[in-house]
Amino acid sequence: MISLEFLVASAIAVLTAAGVYLVLRRRTFPVVLGLAFLSYAINVFLFAMGRLAIDRPPLYDKAAAGYTDPLPQALVLTAIVIAFGMTAFVVVLALRSYLETGVDRVDGAPDAEGGQ
Amino acid sequence: MSLITSYWVVACVILPAVMGAGILLFLRHHLTLSRLAAVGSCLALIVVGVVLVVQANGGEIQSYALGNWRAPFGIVLVLDRLSAMMVLLTSILSLVVLVYAISTGTDRKGWHFHPLFQFQLLGLNGAFLTGDLFNLFVFFEVLLIASYGLMLHGQGGQRLKAGVQYVIINLVGSTLFLVAVGLLYGVTGTLNMADLAVRVAAAPAGDQGLMAAAGLLLTTVFALKAAVVPLHFWLPGTYAATTGTVAALFAIMTKVGAYSIIRTSTLIFGEDAGGLAFLVGPWLLPAALLTLIIGFVGMFAARGLRDLAAWAVVGSMGTLLCAVSVFTVQSMGPALYYILHSTLAGAALFLVVDLIAQRRAEHGDAITLAPRFRQIEILSALFFLAAIAAVGLPPLSGFVGKLLVLDGVRVSPHAVWIWGAILTTTVLGVLAFARAGSMIFWKSASVEGEIVLRSLRGRRGGVGAAAALLLALAGLTVLAGPVTDYTAAAAAQLFAPEQYIDAVLGPQSGGCR
Repeated sequence: MISLEFLVASAIAVLTAAGVYLVLRRRTFPVVLGLAFLSYAINVFLFAMGRLAIDRPPLYDKAAAGYTDPLPQALVLTAIVIAFGMTAFVVVLALRSYLETGVDRVDGAPDAEGGQ
Repeated sequence: MSLITSYWVVACVILPAVMGAGILLFLRHHLTLSRLAAVGSCLALIVVGVVLVVQANGGEIQSYALGNWRAPFGIVLVLDRLSAMMVLLTSILSLVVLVYAISTGTDRKGWHFHPLFQFQLLGLNGAFLTGDLFNLFVFFEVLLIASYGLMLHGQGGQRLKAGVQYVIINLVGSTLFLVAVGLLYGVTGTLNMADLAVRVAAAPAGDQGLMAAAGLLLTTVFALKAAVVPLHFWLPGTYAATTGTVAALFAIMTKVGAYSIIRTSTLIFGEDAGGLAFLVGPWLLPAALLTLIIGFVGMFAARGLRDLAAWAVVGSMGTLLCAVSVFTVQSMGPALYYILHSTLAGAALFLVVDLIAQRRAEHGDAITLAPRFRQIEILSALFFLAAIAAVGLPPLSGFVGKLLVLDGVRVSPHAVWIWGAILTTTVLGVLAFARAGSMIFWKSASVEGEIVLRSLRGRRGGVGAAAALLLALAGLTVLAGPVTDYTAAAAAQLFAPEQYIDAVLGPQSGGCR
């Protein structure tokens, strides 16, 4: 049977691969999407670093036999907030840059004939 | 440690946070008041910085537990000689840059310059003081977010284009930072740097590979901030495209990267880390040598003075990291002295270049012939001095710094390479500055006419700010004795991490002795 760890690990791998591919694209929109994918991958990764425990409480409970680590969840929360803010910022910045310069390429070079 | 002294440590984080928010909320529409508040905040930070340096110089490492949550569970701010020195350096630089911004009117070219400036200081001071790895990430984000706003201040097409690249590359860097943090937490179960040091030293052999990966990833992120080749591509474009004021402030930004490399390498992956001890050294040295060479060669290729100054910053990071990468007490002291020098020298260069570019009107900072411009006499003198400082010729502190670095790296088996690279690139730097200076000041003397400006801001204040930085460099030269004593003591503290660990975790922690 496929283990939970294998599933989560391969999900992180796929997200990261998609993210890296998109970040290396020429236009800003795929790059922004790539950054979003990368941040999703990192969020799952950070979460998994507290080990994957099922049906365990993160907080003190008299009846609990064991706990899951609450700290990575707090870290993920911080990372999500920061990544969300940064994604919003980079979208606005890319749009502003495009409207002002007429160039939508990450390297700032003018578009060749026929675009991408 | 008594309660009163510990408040000084947290003051340099809280003060800019409160002032930044206060200026944004209440003084948004009052230019004069917000300027006064910003200058007041920077002056207060200098006072705090001086107090912290005096406290740290006592030799005792202070740890302030935020919210009184004990380490390693809560977040701590830790004050040692290195962090106190960096806080003082930041506050001095920020005051000069702020005075320059106000007198040249840069702060009026867009919205929210002063709040962003204060938040930038918050991020910088936090990053220098924190004793928690994830908190370091958060402060990195704070200073980066503020730097995005400052970098784009004033806007314009070129600046926006460079801004997109700057933001994207730093976002990728932040992602890598989180991977490294996650790996370290997954293996050791802690994020407190002192606790990490204990656990990395005590980790089983099976985990060494993962921790080596985490350590190298972490250094990669810091190297990106420090503009180490091959991660330097963002710097010249960004620094040349932003305003001279902001570029001068950013002279401290690359040093945050260098500081973080020094901190993590000596504390977490220090002497006691067994097979992981100073694992970045062998990677960092060749990269630093390349940075040094490419930086100075880039100066030669520069077509504008801003490019020239930006590449000079890359080159100075190369010199600095050459000394750091040896990882001995003898070489770290000079490296810390060079941090002080290269920050002030880089900022001075950017300010002088900005003054020249403003006065040359449509010729800007291009290294071409142009008619005479206003205040050419004093600006040529300032440019000459800034160039001397940046290359490292006597009598300014660059010479002292390079001499100390050359002396400090003698213990390294690769000393020949470092000596060769530093001495050769110094010649290159002299030639590059001579080429630019003679084109702009000397050969241009034969061009007829004079550039007339409708209005010129910052005739006294702007020039005064640039001159103040050069005076600070002169001070650094005159006071080289006490300053090098301090940096040597700071280096000694860095290479005895058990003091740091005891200060954070308490003396019963059994440090990694």
